[in-house]
Amino acid sequence: MSIQVRIPTPLRGLTENKDVVDAEGATVNELIENLQTRYPGLKERICDDKGELRRFVNVYINDEDIRFKDGKDTAVKDGDEISIIPAIAGG
Amino acid sequence: MKDSKPLFKGLICKECSARYNPEPIHVCEQCFGPLEVEYDYEAIAPLISRDIIQSRAPNMWRYRELLPIQGDVTVGEHVGFTPLVKADRLAAKLGVRELWIKNDSVNYPTLSFKDRVVSVALTRAKEFGYDTVACASTGNLANSVAANAAAAGLNSFVFIPSDLEPGKVLGSSVYGTNVIGIEGTYDQVNRLCSEIGGRFPWAFVNINMRPYYAEGSKAMGYEIAEQLGWKLPDHVVVPMAGGSLITKIKKSFDEFVKLGIVDAHPTHIHGAQPENCSPIVTAVKEGKDFFRPVEKPNTIVKSLAIGNPADGFYSIQTMNETGGYGENPNDDEVVEGIRLLAEYAGVFSETAGGTVVGAAKRMIEAGRINPDESIVLCITGHGLKTKEALEGKLPPPAAIKPSLKEFEALYAARTH
Repeated sequence: MSIQVRIPTPLRGLTENKDVVDAEGATVNELIENLQTRYPGLKERICDDKGELRRFVNVYINDEDIRFKDGKDTAVKDGDEISIIPAIAGG
Repeated sequence: MKDSKPLFKGLICKECSARYNPEPIHVCEQCFGPLEVEYDYEAIAPLISRDIIQSRAPNMWRYRELLPIQGDVTVGEHVGFTPLVKADRLAAKLGVRELWIKNDSVNYPTLSFKDRVVSVALTRAKEFGYDTVACASTGNLANSVAANAAAAGLNSFVFIPSDLEPGKVLGSSVYGTNVIGIEGTYDQVNRLCSEIGGRFPWAFVNINMRPYYAEGSKAMGYEIAEQLGWKLPDHVVVPMAGGSLITKIKKSFDEFVKLGIVDAHPTHIHGAQPENCSPIVTAVKEGKDFFRPVEKPNTIVKSLAIGNPADGFYSIQTMNETGGYGENPNDDEVVEGIRLLAEYAGVFSETAGGTVVGAAKRMIEAGRINPDESIVLCITGHGLKTKEALEGKLPPPAAIKPSLKEFEALYAARTH
């Protein structure tokens, strides 16, 4: 099972400049662990010491913010598109 | 300022203090924290003083040493120095002694405080060599990007939720920009823009220009201090959408104190959001240090309808550190706030201003703002942009024939 993850500019140094990468897992958490094995260092960029997502990191499954679902335990399935996006100002 | 050494050193992560060169970046690569401009205050101190500031033209560039551009101002040189109005009748109505309106609803050129941030962002974008600028916006930012880009000869794309007020849409399209309406909330527009920004080599004022852009808001705070006679107020009430402005008002006061331009003074900085989109205010009221995002904001205050505020965390800190509080008036109180401001101070504000007045009223009534202390309300956008909020709320104009008799009858009925 393979899921596409969109990589934001600040992380592309770790992904050979690829803006979309494949990852495997049944939850967001598993995806992050899987990405860490493929691209070492990626997890610590988006998660804090306790393994929780950092407060300025937003993760979306298709169009939905995982904070409105089950956070890192949110289930993912084949064909889902995951986006990792830094907090953005505006108004 | 041309050819002189820049007075800002670079960018620093607000979370982990990692340092970066002053490039078009906004996120720390180590921890995703937002990047902030870092100044060389020792170099700035001898270059700025009350006398120097007062010798300059009445616009926000009188504080240029504290704004992050390298060369001359090339976009928005007339922005800022809007009136600080003493509103005695509104003060009496609200039962307080000293009330001021910082009226950015008459900012130049697009009647909102966003002209400040855009002036900095586009000047900086030109310094970086961009020919196309863009933004995600709830309306005011789009208006300002469109107008200032037109004046500066830059291409522009503005991305907005497709259900914005017609006045805000027209207020962008008229400048010949590319207006892109997105079927979704502002937060969805923002997310899309982040992805577009990763593909297109543009200066997105609220994304890769954000560290510079956000600093423009400080000028509102500098002006408040100068216009109060070089002193800080006891209270400021600030509208919050993404939450950047409230943090920059604090930064502006802190910088003026650090540079010896004003005396230190404990200003309580309060935040205002509308009831159905108040993640930051809710966190403050519940004593939490982080907010829970709002998925589907539902409020007449579209300019503050940001459910996932980027600076929410720092806004909460700002209110807590300064002894401020937050309030979230409902739609009816927002309309009442617009009317109070108009009828008692002669200022016609958009819904965000009604939110500020409604929030201030609640805090005064609850005793959180001492009625004997000085209060500044930050009014950030013009009422003609959100006319529909008042539809059906005001008495219709009287209609009579061109006849003196008819007028006399009408007058008699009204004064009876």
